[in-house]
Amino acid sequence: MRCSRNLVVTVIAAFCCVAAVAQGPAYHLGRTPTAEEIRAWDIAIGPHGKELPPGSGTAKEGAKIYAQRCAVCHGQTAEGGAARSLVGGIGTLNTSNPVPTVGSFWPYATTVWDYINRAMPPPPMQPGVLSADEVYSVTAFLLYRNGIIQENDVLDAKSLPKIQMPNRNGFVPPRPEWKPGMRRPFGFYPDR
Amino acid sequence: MNAKESGRRKFLKGGVALAGLAVGGLRVASGQSSGAEAAASPHKDSRTYGERSRFDTAERQPTGAAPYGDTALVTPIQALTGIITPAGLHFVMDHLAGVPDIDPQQHRLMIHGMVDRPLIFTVEELKRLPSVSRIHFLECNANSRPLQGPKAESVQQVHGKTSCSEWTGVLLSLLLQEASVQAGASWLVSEGAEGNKYTKSLPLAKAMEDVLVAYGQNGEPVRPEQGFPLRLLVPGWEANYSTKWLRRIKIVDQPYMTQHESTHNANLHPDGKAHWFRFEMGVKSVITRPCGGQKLPSPGFYEITGLAWSGGGTVRKVEVSTDGGRTWKNAELQQPVHRKAHTRFRLPWTWDGNETILQSRCTDDQGEMQPTIAELAKIWEVSTDYFLGSGVDHFNAIQPWKVNRDGSVHNALFS
Repeated sequence: MRCSRNLVVTVIAAFCCVAAVAQGPAYHLGRTPTAEEIRAWDIAIGPHGKELPPGSGTAKEGAKIYAQRCAVCHGQTAEGGAARSLVGGIGTLNTSNPVPTVGSFWPYATTVWDYINRAMPPPPMQPGVLSADEVYSVTAFLLYRNGIIQENDVLDAKSLPKIQMPNRNGFVPPRPEWKPGMRRPFGFYPDR
Repeated sequence: MNAKESGRRKFLKGGVALAGLAVGGLRVASGQSSGAEAAASPHKDSRTYGERSRFDTAERQPTGAAPYGDTALVTPIQALTGIITPAGLHFVMDHLAGVPDIDPQQHRLMIHGMVDRPLIFTVEELKRLPSVSRIHFLECNANSRPLQGPKAESVQQVHGKTSCSEWTGVLLSLLLQEASVQAGASWLVSEGAEGNKYTKSLPLAKAMEDVLVAYGQNGEPVRPEQGFPLRLLVPGWEANYSTKWLRRIKIVDQPYMTQHESTHNANLHPDGKAHWFRFEMGVKSVITRPCGGQKLPSPGFYEITGLAWSGGGTVRKVEVSTDGGRTWKNAELQQPVHRKAHTRFRLPWTWDGNETILQSRCTDDQGEMQPTIAELAKIWEVSTDYFLGSGVDHFNAIQPWKVNRDGSVHNALFS
């Protein structure tokens, strides 16, 4: 028994060794980024929100920033202008006149934070100019205007990923995945 | 190197670029402008970098205002010969940020996240690695969306969001091997270097299969509108996976639900549900000559020709009907036929001067045949009129062109 267990351990160790060799770099080009470089570049926020930076904000604070930075395109009330409407439309998606907005369509609040932070206000203005506190505040303002949170609710790295967006379950398939060989369904109507 | 370095880069304002192209947009799709209209070239000595004849006037056209502010410039596929789209005619989708003016010496690609060895590459380092060249199409998920009015008569406006190039670069699988992906990783997030840093999630299994980090297009560096100096090239899939101006790949364990995959790349269906993470483009073909907007000068001989492609593999067969779908003949396919690439088809035809309908249908090596609009409507449980103005994506119905007695050719999708 002991003997066979040792054998198994040896075989596993040998396999890991081979796997490690197979995974080793073959060309030794490129350099290792510093932790600071990774931190500065890594602006992608997943649905779990684990990359969200420190900071916080409320809709009250966000209203001021929105008026200064966003209203010129999205309208004073966020109901649209030169750029799309950001509020309303909840309950319209299965009607003949669907109105997809942040409130009625977007499945994750983390996406709102990510997109404001990376892309707003858009070029030729300066995307990325908002501080983390300001992005939390504008996100809170939009969620408040959509009736998803209260005006004084504080958004931060902990509370933001927990927000349940109204259309969270409005997407198919529920868990996107792809495996080699997976074909596009004929006619391309979603599975149902 | 800093995430907020955009100040160091000049941005060509999208509006300015579009204003310059709008002149071309006023011409009919197949029209010719006289020599007198051709503007004098502002280019330097054309012997050091050749230019086309001033009589060759094929141009990309703007599609006009698109939903959500994105604008497209579409390829004049009626003017193409063979299977390669010249880089200057490759369709462009502009996601608000314009085209960044990137110095390749300053550009970097970072690979990090769930890897044992995070890496930063210069473009020169990537060019030292083993390279491959492959011919692949890129097609926008919104291509072939049924249009109304004069635009419906233009094959360029309806079907011009597809282009095909020879792409040269490094296999992403090689780079991921260098970085050593950790157990449990299943997706990656790619990101561009333009002003608003376009980002998109991609399944790791596809990244390992056939995805390129491309720096070459049709024998020269990738054009600025196509992602100079580096772009992702995801064969056969919606072109929005092929992130341009690629600066970062983060290996993760779930899709990141980026703005595009949560919004306009998720198509609403009649029941109010939206299909997100659609991957592969369907099997499709379209006759590009004769096509809508053209006029046959007289009865007699014409070669019917067009393009066929499939995101699922290789075009196996293209059939053409010249009698409204009663009979079909196999068209000749230009050899070699490349995987996930435009395939040129040709069929000799003599027009007798009578009204008729021309159409093509493609079958790929998986055996899937291009559907009719009636078949699609049946699957979707809608009337065919639903597809008009619905903003439907992945529309790949057979495209019928009606030839009138006066030789004019019209879009007959809904007749």
